[in-house]
Amino acid sequence: MNFMGYRRPDGKAGIRNKVLILPTCACSSETSRIVAEQVEGAIYVSNQAGCSEVEQNLKICFDMYSGFAANPNIYGTVLIGLGCEGCTPDKMADAIREKTNKPLEIVVIQDEGGTVNAITKAVKYARRLAQEASLVKKEEIPVSELFLGLECGGSDATSGLAANPVVGKVSDLLVDNGGSAVMSETTEFIGAEHILAKRAATPEIKKQIIGICKGLEEHLANVNQNLRTGQPTPGNKDGGISTIEEKSLGCIYKGGTRPIVEVLDYAQMPTKKGALIMDTPGFDVASVTAMVAGGCQVVIFTTGRGTPTGNIIAPVIKVTGNSKTYEKMSDNIDFDASVVLTGEKSIDERGEELFNELLEVANGKVTKAEAFGFNECSMNRICKFI
Amino acid sequence: MSKKALMLRPVDTVATVVEDIEKGDSVCYLLDGKNESVTALEDIPAYHKIALKDMAEGEHVIKYGQIIGAMTSDAKAGNWISHKNIMSLPRNYEDEL
Repeated sequence: MNFMGYRRPDGKAGIRNKVLILPTCACSSETSRIVAEQVEGAIYVSNQAGCSEVEQNLKICFDMYSGFAANPNIYGTVLIGLGCEGCTPDKMADAIREKTNKPLEIVVIQDEGGTVNAITKAVKYARRLAQEASLVKKEEIPVSELFLGLECGGSDATSGLAANPVVGKVSDLLVDNGGSAVMSETTEFIGAEHILAKRAATPEIKKQIIGICKGLEEHLANVNQNLRTGQPTPGNKDGGISTIEEKSLGCIYKGGTRPIVEVLDYAQMPTKKGALIMDTPGFDVASVTAMVAGGCQVVIFTTGRGTPTGNIIAPVIKVTGNSKTYEKMSDNIDFDASVVLTGEKSIDERGEELFNELLEVANGKVTKAEAFGFNECSMNRICKFI
Repeated sequence: MSKKALMLRPVDTVATVVEDIEKGDSVCYLLDGKNESVTALEDIPAYHKIALKDMAEGEHVIKYGQIIGAMTSDAKAGNWISHKNIMSLPRNYEDEL
């Protein structure tokens, strides 16, 4: 089973072919936006941090933004720094080069003598990269090279009954074909972690799964917070999800049933293939961006209440198990899984249909969020700026 | 009027109604392949939970065959079960390790 994708010099394969304008910090974020707007085929992601950070926050920033540049959907990157930030352009360039040998150009605003000069130089680089990218021919790539991110947000009680089980089938199908699927949001393992732990491929992975849940609760307790005050969200409760246990038990269906072979830290790239877990917060946007930084070329996102969330690097396929939401928010939702609630189709049948939709998107079909050009970006943080 | 709910596992003490329920509706669900029903004691919105048995304050609520929380007040079979009458329970991670 193959899809048509773009082979990269680092050996990986993308399903999109974009030039990334990448800010090292908040101060170069707007300049990056302006550059991307000048060049067809170029995109940018905002950066709301990158300076005045403790070491752990800085590490997250390096991991995340270097991961964006290394994502296989990116042909090459123009890195734009300010010049005095904690997340220095040199170190960010090193972090990118550790992950990939794809084209990389660097522009530093203070070195260029201001915004206009920096934009001029960066636009020239971006135009050249966009032209080079246009010469990359699509070729047949085995489906085993697909890396799928699994996400849910704005859940209601249909998510655990319909949308997530259908996505779980897709996850199993992909893993059985040699591909990888990563499930994130540690918050939404809590109350179901004992079930997830049974899928661990080794005793060590079992400890890691329980450990990240325990760690998150302790992290919040250290700042006198209890995750149960924020979870489930008001919308989850209105949609029939009453406790974090109920939410999590429904959420974990989207990860399928195959052995979990690796637990990844936030925004890390995997070293193994198969069913994976990433330790991210229960905030969907900050989880999607972390999985894309980890290398996912595509994301499937379930929602009961309905959400517009997309990602500028990887297409997001939106799935709902709520027929009313599908009708009400048809410009945001790609796939209706509610037919498994009415019994019109089985979870396996609808799962196979969603797997075919995944392959179509891999082949170039534009998802609803992609058509809007949505570019949500959020990054997890350990503590305050310093 | 007869309406439908999904009972996910035979041990569950709640079912998920798949349409809006009005007080007095007969709510049907399958238990081990057999049709069962419970009369709704109040209006329940679609995709929310209905109690399948009488439950006392403190009793565990079971859905997906798992504990999803504990009752914070008594409820009768046919009552609406929501965040207003159940609460999450702390985890015991040490025992799971």
